[in-house]
Amino acid sequence: MDHLPTIYGAAVLLPLASFVTILLFARQLGKVAASIATGAILLSAVLSFLAFGIWLSNHPPVAAHHDSHEAAHGDEHGGAGHSDHETKTGEKHSTGTRSPLLFVSVVQDSAAKAHDAAPAVDAAHAHAHDDHEVAAKPFKTGEYYTLGKFGSLRVTISYYIDTLTVLMFCMVTFIATCIHFYAAGYMHDELSDIVDKEVTLANGEHLHRPGRFPRFFQYLSLFCFSMLGLVLAGNIAMVFVFWELVGICSYFLIGFYVERKSASTAANKAFIVNRVGDFGMIIGLMIIWSTLGTFSFGDIERTDAEKHKHVEPGIFSIVRPGHDHQLIVPDGMVQADAKEEEPTADGKTRKVSAVAEIMRDHASSQAGLASANSEIASRTPAWRQQGYGYWLLVLAGLGIFCGCVGKSAQFPLHVWLPDAMEGPTPVSALVHSATMVAAGVYLVGRFFPVFAPEALLVIAIVGAITMLLGASIAFTANDIKRVLAYSTVSQLGLMMLALGIGGWLAGLMHLITHAFFKSLLFMCSGSVIHAVHTNDMRKMGGLINKMPVTAITMLIGCLAIAGVSVPFVVGFSGYYSKDAILEQALAFWQVNGTPQSGLFFLLAVIGAAMTTTYMFRMWFMTFVGRPRDSHAYEHAHESSPVMYLPLVILSVLAVCVAWNYQYIGYFAIAAAFFVGRGLQQGWFTQLRDSLSHGDAAHGDGDHGHGHDDHAAHHDSHGEHHDHQRHDSHAHHADHLATPPLTWSWVATMLVCTVIGGWLTQQGILAQRGHGASDWDGYSLQALLEQARPEGTLANATGAWTKWTWPNEHFAHEDAQFATIVVPATLMASASWAGGILLAAAFFWRGTLNPDDVRRQFAPIYNLLVNKWWFDELYDAIFIQPTMVVSRLISSFDKRWIDRFLDNLALGGIWFSKVWEFIADRTIVDGFVNLFAAWVYSLGTSLHALQTGRIRQYVMFIVIGAVVIFFMISLFWSPTLAAK
Amino acid sequence: MNPFTEPITVSHYLAVGALLFVAGAICMATKRNALGVLMGIELVLNGANINFVAFGSKFFRSSSLGLDGELMALFVIVLAAAEAAVALAIALNFYNNHTTIDVDHADELKG
Repeated sequence: MDHLPTIYGAAVLLPLASFVTILLFARQLGKVAASIATGAILLSAVLSFLAFGIWLSNHPPVAAHHDSHEAAHGDEHGGAGHSDHETKTGEKHSTGTRSPLLFVSVVQDSAAKAHDAAPAVDAAHAHAHDDHEVAAKPFKTGEYYTLGKFGSLRVTISYYIDTLTVLMFCMVTFIATCIHFYAAGYMHDELSDIVDKEVTLANGEHLHRPGRFPRFFQYLSLFCFSMLGLVLAGNIAMVFVFWELVGICSYFLIGFYVERKSASTAANKAFIVNRVGDFGMIIGLMIIWSTLGTFSFGDIERTDAEKHKHVEPGIFSIVRPGHDHQLIVPDGMVQADAKEEEPTADGKTRKVSAVAEIMRDHASSQAGLASANSEIASRTPAWRQQGYGYWLLVLAGLGIFCGCVGKSAQFPLHVWLPDAMEGPTPVSALVHSATMVAAGVYLVGRFFPVFAPEALLVIAIVGAITMLLGASIAFTANDIKRVLAYSTVSQLGLMMLALGIGGWLAGLMHLITHAFFKSLLFMCSGSVIHAVHTNDMRKMGGLINKMPVTAITMLIGCLAIAGVSVPFVVGFSGYYSKDAILEQALAFWQVNGTPQSGLFFLLAVIGAAMTTTYMFRMWFMTFVGRPRDSHAYEHAHESSPVMYLPLVILSVLAVCVAWNYQYIGYFAIAAAFFVGRGLQQGWFTQLRDSLSHGDAAHGDGDHGHGHDDHAAHHDSHGEHHDHQRHDSHAHHADHLATPPLTWSWVATMLVCTVIGGWLTQQGILAQRGHGASDWDGYSLQALLEQARPEGTLANATGAWTKWTWPNEHFAHEDAQFATIVVPATLMASASWAGGILLAAAFFWRGTLNPDDVRRQFAPIYNLLVNKWWFDELYDAIFIQPTMVVSRLISSFDKRWIDRFLDNLALGGIWFSKVWEFIADRTIVDGFVNLFAAWVYSLGTSLHALQTGRIRQYVMFIVIGAVVIFFMISLFWSPTLAAK
Repeated sequence: MNPFTEPITVSHYLAVGALLFVAGAICMATKRNALGVLMGIELVLNGANINFVAFGSKFFRSSSLGLDGELMALFVIVLAAAEAAVALAIALNFYNNHTTIDVDHADELKG
């Protein structure tokens, strides 16, 4: 446990080391750069999983399962209380009392709802029974290094490790490792010189440039370093530093094809839009520091100069002090805002700062500061009661959220993410779907204890808007990567929505499941693009025959993002997280009862349905039906194993990342089916052959890459290519003879898996009886439950809004099963089922013609295809006015300032010329020349002495010695001998 | 005071050393043969050596300076050996280039 900070420190620094190495030796490394970067991140992943193990062994997760199906079986959640108050030093749980984490039961409290005007944040009381105390959240925080102390401001490199950090580390390093492997294949053509077909130079030729393979991995490594640092960061200032580092990496990677105008513009756009968000974040940071006096998340123990140990409270314990961890307005904010009325000379009153007033009153007295401080302290509760400082708390939360809006591409700063698809596809998968954009959601989750209900409401609204906006635009996008980009925008919106309505666990769980299936989807799309050399889905179709592995893994990704399930029994990972969000939204509606509060639930359901529809639209357009572009189709081929193996691994995780041990049956049966099919069809021998022939990376090189340089590649790799193509044609013939998966096989597999898995699960449940098992804790949900910020398990009510934020366990109480869980699950199922049917009707079966719909709803279609005209809107609102003002200023600059400066410069030149003649030429040069001439003449006169005759020199020496002898004997009394 | 009748003191050694030194210097100044010049150098060095030894000798401790002259002399001998090796190599090279070892022909370095 004590080694955790060291392990995580090493895991963060390894990619940095790789970055520095590649930076310094890029030229010498060449292809090895990929191995270095991959090795570094792989090692980081190993360390992360090691740390995960250490963490689990020290903080055994407690079963907190509230799976709907389990509730259906009447598992008793409200067992014995768990009062094992864990200390922060990592004390072990006493194993005897481990029991399900208690759900704090909440009675809808009319008193709480009619909560009167006391404006201080006063969460509606969680009606936790006193003996049912929730275990303290285990975490570990501390400092690696203090960068500097400026007064009371302390800037440190610190760490904050809790279960969320641990999970994020595993998720980020794992996905990054997969993507590094994939990128080694994908970026292979950067190893040699490249003709970039998308860049036409002035002379009409395409750009010819050296490959930039090492540079790509250099940026990837830097990105991994920044992302891991961001996750590990123990204070908000350090978060901000790594936040910006992540931003700059994103900038580098979007603009990787820097010669393309579109790429460099997109990079600039991403960077500038993010700056707008970061501006808000800086405001939040300043509020926090100036009122709380610390950046640190957790309490930090310090030893001062006199060896006294004292605990310096962190942000979380300042805003949620005390035993019940209720959110209050911190003293600093109250005091900063407290006002007093003071009469002015003209008989009116004006408001002045109460603190300043007290300080002034006490300045004259002898005790001075001490008495002033005590008076301020004694009056603070009253001020808090009056509501002073609340707006600062809301604003601090909104400021931090502003940064998240930029980074996670939320409305209104969502415009950069789709453009960011200009980067290479592995970047899109890593940076713009799985990790970096997740940073915003992560920070909202991390900072969750500080958000006041009003801030949460804003988060929920922004999230809802973003979700619908992204989903609606994704319908009309024809670029396969853009569909995924808008899907990412939409899913991030959904996460924000979940967090905003109090679904901390739901939002972060969706963050993690989404990371897996979205990186899978992106890598699949990369594989497709690689094969057909276009991003345009209108030129694809029928590709399932050509690239079955990609098609099936992508289908799994689509099913996962749709949250397909057998309701209440089992589902893809998306089912669990999306369901949790819908349940929380429905609980929010139920607790508040107003139609407006129900909007979130309805929007979330609509968003889920839309997501399913456009994802399957994409899948059907790409993989089934008749090929629309026969040339691209003829040429398509499955990617090399180094590219599709990560897809397979990620697809397995996309299915089962949210499962726990009870689901082993589903996993085993499905795996057995696939392995059996594979043996029957010889997948594994094919795989072995292709791995042993043409080494992995090269095998990829054979297949022409890059979306764009197909023809060039044809020439250069002609021979080998033909051979390979022959191969793939042969395989293709095989596929036609026996398709890799048949309908009957899939149906059998699904039925057997579900039934067999369900029976296994029932067996396991029956075996262990009704109590919770030790193993129940080893699931994503239970682990996140362990990371839940303290105090967020109580209902909260805002000071300004009268809505109540239900705690997240509310939806899972048995009493709510029929009113929340069942409807939410059924609505979710209906949404995905409807979505798939709709997409199939349009794009597979052709029952409905999309063109007709397009014509009928032309205005809406135009709105969507133009992305709600956001780019145009921003262009008109921000860019054009800026340009007009800039042009005005520039013309003023040219006309007046430049002219003045030009004349000034002319005068300067004239003056210098005169001065040069007088001072420089005459005086300075004259003196130097004179001296030089003198030295020269001295040299010439002396050179006659140097005759080159040795004997003459000896004579000089002898004569000189004699002269010195005489001089000494004449002028220097020989005292030496006398003594 | 007749030096030939006096008992032998440091001065006698110094006189011999000075004689050797002067002989060496004259040899260096007059010989045109490079080997001759080298021999002169040896004489000069050995003249100095005699001084060292005389000043360092314990027999003359009362009238000498009491230096560890023998040690100095050893240094000088070693240096002289080294110097002779180098100088002979130079002379050999010089002969290769000029087919003579007349030092008067060696005036390429004149200013």
